[in-house]
Amino acid sequence: MREKITLHVNGVQHVVEVDPATPLLFVLNDELGLRGPRFGCGMAQCGACTVLIRGEVVRSCVKPVSAVGQSEVTTLEGLGTPEKPHPIQQAFIEEGAAQCGFCLSGVILTAKSVLDVKPDASDQEIRDALGGILCRCFTHIRMLRAIRKYAEAKRT
Amino acid sequence: MIESRRDFLKSCGALIVSFSSGPLSLLSAQQSPGPFGTHPSHIDPEKLDSWLAVGDDGVITAYTGKCDFGQGIFTVQSQLVAEELCVRIARVKLIQCDTSVCPDQGTTSGSQSTPTNFNSENLALAAATAREALLSLAAKKLGEPVEHLSVADGVITGTTGRHVKYEELIGNKHFDLPLNVKAKRKSVADWTVLGKPIPSLDRTALMTGQFEFVHNVRVPGMLHGRVVRPPEMGATLAHVDEQSVRNIQGLVKVVVRKDFVGVVAETQYHATLAARQLVVQWNPGPELPPQKDFFDHIQKLPSRDALNVDSQDVDARLAEATSMIRARYTYPYQMHGSVGASCAVADVKQDSVTVWSATQSAYPTRSIVAKLLNMPLEKVRVIYVRGSGCYGLNGADAVSFDAAILSQAVGKPVRLQFSRRDEMMWENLGSACTIQLRAGLAQDGHIIAWEREDWVAAMGNRPGYDQPGNVITGMLLGYEPELPKPGPAKPPSGEFHNRSNTVPSYFAGCIAGNCGGDGTIRSERALTHTLRSPFFTGPLRSPLRIQNTFANECFMDELCAHAKADPVAFRLLHLQNSRVIGVVKAAAQAANWQARSSPKAGISRTGTVSGRGIACVAYEGNNGYAALVAEADVDMETGTVRPRRFVVALDCGPISNPDGLRNQIEGGVLQGMSRALVEEVTWDNRRVTSVDWETYNSLYLDYEMPTVETVFVTPPDVPATGAGETAITAVPAAIGNAIFDATGARLREAPFTPQRVKAALVESAQKAGACEASKIHRFPSLTPKKIQGE
Repeated sequence: MREKITLHVNGVQHVVEVDPATPLLFVLNDELGLRGPRFGCGMAQCGACTVLIRGEVVRSCVKPVSAVGQSEVTTLEGLGTPEKPHPIQQAFIEEGAAQCGFCLSGVILTAKSVLDVKPDASDQEIRDALGGILCRCFTHIRMLRAIRKYAEAKRT
Repeated sequence: MIESRRDFLKSCGALIVSFSSGPLSLLSAQQSPGPFGTHPSHIDPEKLDSWLAVGDDGVITAYTGKCDFGQGIFTVQSQLVAEELCVRIARVKLIQCDTSVCPDQGTTSGSQSTPTNFNSENLALAAATAREALLSLAAKKLGEPVEHLSVADGVITGTTGRHVKYEELIGNKHFDLPLNVKAKRKSVADWTVLGKPIPSLDRTALMTGQFEFVHNVRVPGMLHGRVVRPPEMGATLAHVDEQSVRNIQGLVKVVVRKDFVGVVAETQYHATLAARQLVVQWNPGPELPPQKDFFDHIQKLPSRDALNVDSQDVDARLAEATSMIRARYTYPYQMHGSVGASCAVADVKQDSVTVWSATQSAYPTRSIVAKLLNMPLEKVRVIYVRGSGCYGLNGADAVSFDAAILSQAVGKPVRLQFSRRDEMMWENLGSACTIQLRAGLAQDGHIIAWEREDWVAAMGNRPGYDQPGNVITGMLLGYEPELPKPGPAKPPSGEFHNRSNTVPSYFAGCIAGNCGGDGTIRSERALTHTLRSPFFTGPLRSPLRIQNTFANECFMDELCAHAKADPVAFRLLHLQNSRVIGVVKAAAQAANWQARSSPKAGISRTGTVSGRGIACVAYEGNNGYAALVAEADVDMETGTVRPRRFVVALDCGPISNPDGLRNQIEGGVLQGMSRALVEEVTWDNRRVTSVDWETYNSLYLDYEMPTVETVFVTPPDVPATGAGETAITAVPAAIGNAIFDATGARLREAPFTPQRVKAALVESAQKAGACEASKIHRFPSLTPKKIQGE
């Protein structure tokens, strides 16, 4: 029972033919070849599969592709490119805020999302927003430093 | 001659350091030739051509058997090659851990990549050999002696101004030289690329979502697999009802081989559905020992015993002690718990096998795959592609074997993604340990004798080249895991070693009069019992070192408290290794350590109290030195521990990349903190019950992290050691000692959960109420199987 589904991802419209119950993550990885969102747990416990849908943080591993509708989906690679990274990606590059880097979609997109809504979010508020994101390399200090750097640049 | 060589080397200082910020390109999946025709599996590490090649475009291609999981070894190996060959780092292309083109360097593990490739052997020696060979060629070509030549970015120039490029000398040609053991590496003082905080080369690709993980490898015609694991350890397959998944669209095959069960489908989603829906009956495995008594239980099991050191006078010396102190520490099973569940892609054809794998052990994995598929070794190629950070033996090996089996069964390439449960229920855990110690103090407070004995639960390990049964896949296919064979300890002989940090740093480590330990205590005994674990175990960052150091360094703190001495001064009193002494002093100074005994005077029984603790380690005896000061708050009502500050002093010899090293230290210290505070594998009478992030605790990104300050201590003229596992090793002990300083309560069981802290607080309050005993305590000699815990 494959169906044709139209998706809007990173500013491009795609038509995929998949089982509508397929998690969005599998479609992004397998049909569209995107690498940013990754399979961590498949249970919305770790954040590695995070994408933004209409600017809101969504765990793509538990979101059926049929539930996305016409909404614009943004993945980590949709924020900026290696040549022209988004300012939050630039802050992460400058701070070297990664080790293995597997968790980065959750960290960067969640931080961006909270700061988009509340540019003057406190450290505590930023941390609270990151409550469901897991980094097992424990790059926490550099990640928060990069987020703070981005937040400060955004405010000025 | 030596002077002019130094001058030559200095002339490389004109290099401009730069680096590529584009995404790292991976070697294409096609079978590529090695450096100019090297045959797959015939890569002789004694030959220069096995390590380095100069292309006619001037690109230096280097081949390494040590791969990057996020610890930064890709970047620093690129720096090493650029440094020794006097080229910009952008001109270096590093190929890591591809069995068709890279030398077999075994496993990338155990903090061995730096000692192996950054001193005077292997990749470092190859790079130095290549530089000298290029200079010799240039000398001939330019008609000037080597000592008149200078080099900058791959261009060699003579005194007359005539110059020649590397690629003009040897571009696309073999060196046809052996590694020259006399080739001289550039001295640290002359480094311009190594030793610099060059940003890791993978950064931009990672942050912009372009980086290719093994999870992203896609091969034409690829199918998707899932495994169906038994419900419990030791269960065997009774029946698979293939009809139960008949309705799954795109299902290709249910694969059954002995106790191995997997499914292959056209899409990930349908593979997931099939794995969930497949009805499988299993014969139950044996009942598991109860978790609550496990640390007593393992002390009673038959064990393989080993003595690191035994002066044979411990009982006699303890009889003379003014006071004797004993304690028992326990450390739980912990998980690698990679954030990404493991994944691999395998393409098994009639006459060739390719596996894209995040294994730390490309060549050993190749051997095991060949064995499991019954294929000739030379037909199997393993290509390393980075996975989620592993911290040791996570599911990367098992998933690679599983993928190969599924691919062989369907005759098509298969990508296998583990579920979270597949990953966590069956991984090779960090071993659980019970560690018992006793020591005697003299009248003047010196330690006069120290004995320690530990019980380590072990089953399986890395599969190596020929033990598939060491991980779950092999066991399901009928291979036995490596198990400790019970037997008594032989008297210590040969050279003293401390590879598992069994022996405290304060032991003299004397065997037949030769003392290789780091300390002054000559009445010493260290006995290890290794016994059968009910679960798979394997190396987890700082394997056994973190467990042993937790016990050794907390017990040292207990002795110190009995002696009413300052923990730094008391350590220094019992140390003689200048490098351990160096880091202890440096950490104390950087932390502004105030000399006094622990616990703190006037501890409040309510509210939040704070304290400081120190711990140190000579990692594996000689593979890096660290001291760590922890400052922590303890909530006396809830028992919650909040580390606030860590100060690390690290001596790992010459540093390849200080920024990368700081990143490793910060990550290691915080990972150690998570392990010290919350991480613990749980099980019931049948199975592991910590199988996801609801049931296995880790500190998430909302945790208010302490600061981590790092100081480097680098003595002159020492070799480079490992560094990724050194600081983490001291973390549980330093936190435990800080809790004691703050509260007077001693935590002897990790992790330090609020419940355990509260229990220790109650116990300590009761003790404080009782009369403090300062008379001689007599304890029975510590012999196996007669000991009751504290």
